[in-house]
Amino acid sequence: MLPVLVGLLILVIYFQVRNAAFLSSGNLVNLFVQSTIYILLGMAEIWLLLLGEIDLSIGITSVLGGAVAVILVDQQFHWSWFFALPLSVLVVTGIGALYGLIVVRLKVPSFIVTLAGYMTFQGVLIYLVDSQGTGGTITVHEKVLYDLVYGDVTPVWTWILIIAGVAFMGYRMIKFDLNRRSSGLVTDPLAFVLVKVALFAVAGVILALIFNTNRGSFIPLRGMPFAIPIDIGVLSFGTFILTKTKAGRYIYAIGGNSEAVRRAGVRVDRYRLLAFCLTGLTGGIGGLLYVSNLNGVNDGPPSTLTLYAIAAAVIGGTSLFGGRGKMIHAVVGGIIIASIYNGMALLSMSASTQYIVTGVVLLAAVTIDAVARRSNANN
Amino acid sequence: MSTTPESSELLSSTSGPSEHGGSGAGSATPLLSLRGISKNFGAVQAIQGVNLDIAPGKVTALIGDNGAGKSVLIKTISGIWEPSGGHMYWKGEEIHVHTPRNAAALGIATVYQDLALCDNLDIVQNMYLGREETKFSMLDEIKMELATNQLLRDLSVSTVKSVRQIVASLSGGQRQAIAVARAVMHDSQLVIMDEPTAALGVTQTAQVLQLIRTLAARGITVLVISHNLNDVFSVADNIAVMHLGTLCSSGPASNYDTASAVELITTGHSSRVASTLLPSS
Ligand SMILES: Nc1ncnc2c1ncn2[C@@H]1O[C@H](COP(=O)(O)OP(=O)(O)O)[C@@H](O)[C@H]1O
Ligand SMILES: [Mg+2]
Repeated sequence: MLPVLVGLLILVIYFQVRNAAFLSSGNLVNLFVQSTIYILLGMAEIWLLLLGEIDLSIGITSVLGGAVAVILVDQQFHWSWFFALPLSVLVVTGIGALYGLIVVRLKVPSFIVTLAGYMTFQGVLIYLVDSQGTGGTITVHEKVLYDLVYGDVTPVWTWILIIAGVAFMGYRMIKFDLNRRSSGLVTDPLAFVLVKVALFAVAGVILALIFNTNRGSFIPLRGMPFAIPIDIGVLSFGTFILTKTKAGRYIYAIGGNSEAVRRAGVRVDRYRLLAFCLTGLTGGIGGLLYVSNLNGVNDGPPSTLTLYAIAAAVIGGTSLFGGRGKMIHAVVGGIIIASIYNGMALLSMSASTQYIVTGVVLLAAVTIDAVARRSNANN
Repeated sequence: MSTTPESSELLSSTSGPSEHGGSGAGSATPLLSLRGISKNFGAVQAIQGVNLDIAPGKVTALIGDNGAGKSVLIKTISGIWEPSGGHMYWKGEEIHVHTPRNAAALGIATVYQDLALCDNLDIVQNMYLGREETKFSMLDEIKMELATNQLLRDLSVSTVKSVRQIVASLSGGQRQAIAVARAVMHDSQLVIMDEPTAALGVTQTAQVLQLIRTLAARGITVLVISHNLNDVFSVADNIAVMHLGTLCSSGPASNYDTASAVELITTGHSSRVASTLLPSS
């Protein structure tokens, strides 16, 4: 992941030199919020990429879920967000389960199943939005859904959440090291672990300061946007499943050698199906943030969202061929994509330039990764 | 065909595995008995009418030419696919092995020719694949790592630097050792190995043969497929020969020498070895 982080640093320096507003707290918060959708959909994609599968429709199905939420809480139905939001996530999870069943039981490649899904659900989405009779656009009025992106945690809670998060992570890292040490296993030197924890704490403090600096122009605006803890929650959940549970272990193993996993007596299909559901679940949450950010949904479905989701995962370092990747990769990749988008907008560059640069960055990230891996293998 | 019962402990239960515990020297019930096992893939008859007894605590070598059906036979035993016909008995009881899970539950562990390791996982993760230790339903990495270290020490596998390195970074011999160690973990009673030394150099081959002897010394029954007659004669207590999908001879290793083994492998019969075919019950 190091080359990618260096790349991100270069991008940041470039944009900052060209426009001093890039690293202002207001723009950084904006950038984090913009990256949310790429991060969440990238994480959704990683569940399947780890298996060596892919979902070409996540950018559509997630927005379809978001549209369901908007319609349910909109004036027509007036559902409570408490039921509407989980239900919409469940819809996307259900689509994932459907894909999974077709792939696992009928042995159709996920590439094809989700391509078909892309077209089908794009049609469903357009139909659903148009059938509301609101002229092809539905606006979010419901406060909770609106606040997912536009609401903020209070400055005090920002500090509390960040300190709690850093303390928990620090505790886990130190305890991990001490446990291994007391069992007589090889560990990193304790000083090394402490430095890592300290760096983590510094990053937390910097983030809290950024979030809590006033970024409003007329009325004061402070605190961490709700989107950030949602991102971190999903990241933690995904990382926990992948690293601490049997299901996660099998997802990696299936991506490495599924026949070996089958021979080890694991019910491979069950875990493949699970991964499809988790893709839907994660994507469904992303869809809610998407409609919140857009302040509604319209009948012009996003055509490039899926590709950005895959790009976020791959730029971060997740392999397209299965068995290699981490949830955090989507965070790094998502922030890089959002930085390009955000920085180019600040410099008033055109959409065409933005696409080209993102494409070049994607190619560069994958190439550097491939070269690095080959030279590792030769050692 | 003249049978010479005293020449073979594999012949102890002449009336079939269902009447185990019969008379005569070395009459321990076979750990695994095959009777009339056949397997066809569509019109291709890969193996047919295989009768074989595998004595407990011994190393049995299964030899035969390329395509003789050795791999198909052990995959049938291991539940990779079901036999097209025949019966299997485990310690005298008839068994039906439908899946690798069934075989594992009986205590049959198989090291396939392709090893079936996940290159992207580390040694510990591969060792415990499918039977991870957990604590509060979370993976207990420390317990698994300690046990892996211990097992590799017990089996005298000393060449791997860290059990946390990914399997893709290991040499052929190390990979073989990991696959074998994985197979004997968790009380396996019968370890089956398909050509464990085929891809290895001299030193690594010696290590794997030593590993097989270590297993036998621990009372584990081993069925090993090999092409290499030197390997076979150096580790095997019993030998079984396959020819064109049939089992053409089996008996104690002392019944065979290199010349007769080669003859059996190439022609399916040998004037120099008393026929030791088992009755098909
Ligand atoms: N999955 C399969 N489908 C069809 N034929 C097979 C299959 N596996 C093995 N065979 C055939 O069965 C015969 C025995 O193969 P095998 O057991 O692999 O030989 P070997 O003794 O060299 O291990 C060969 O003729 C092979 O082509
Ligand atoms: Mg073979």
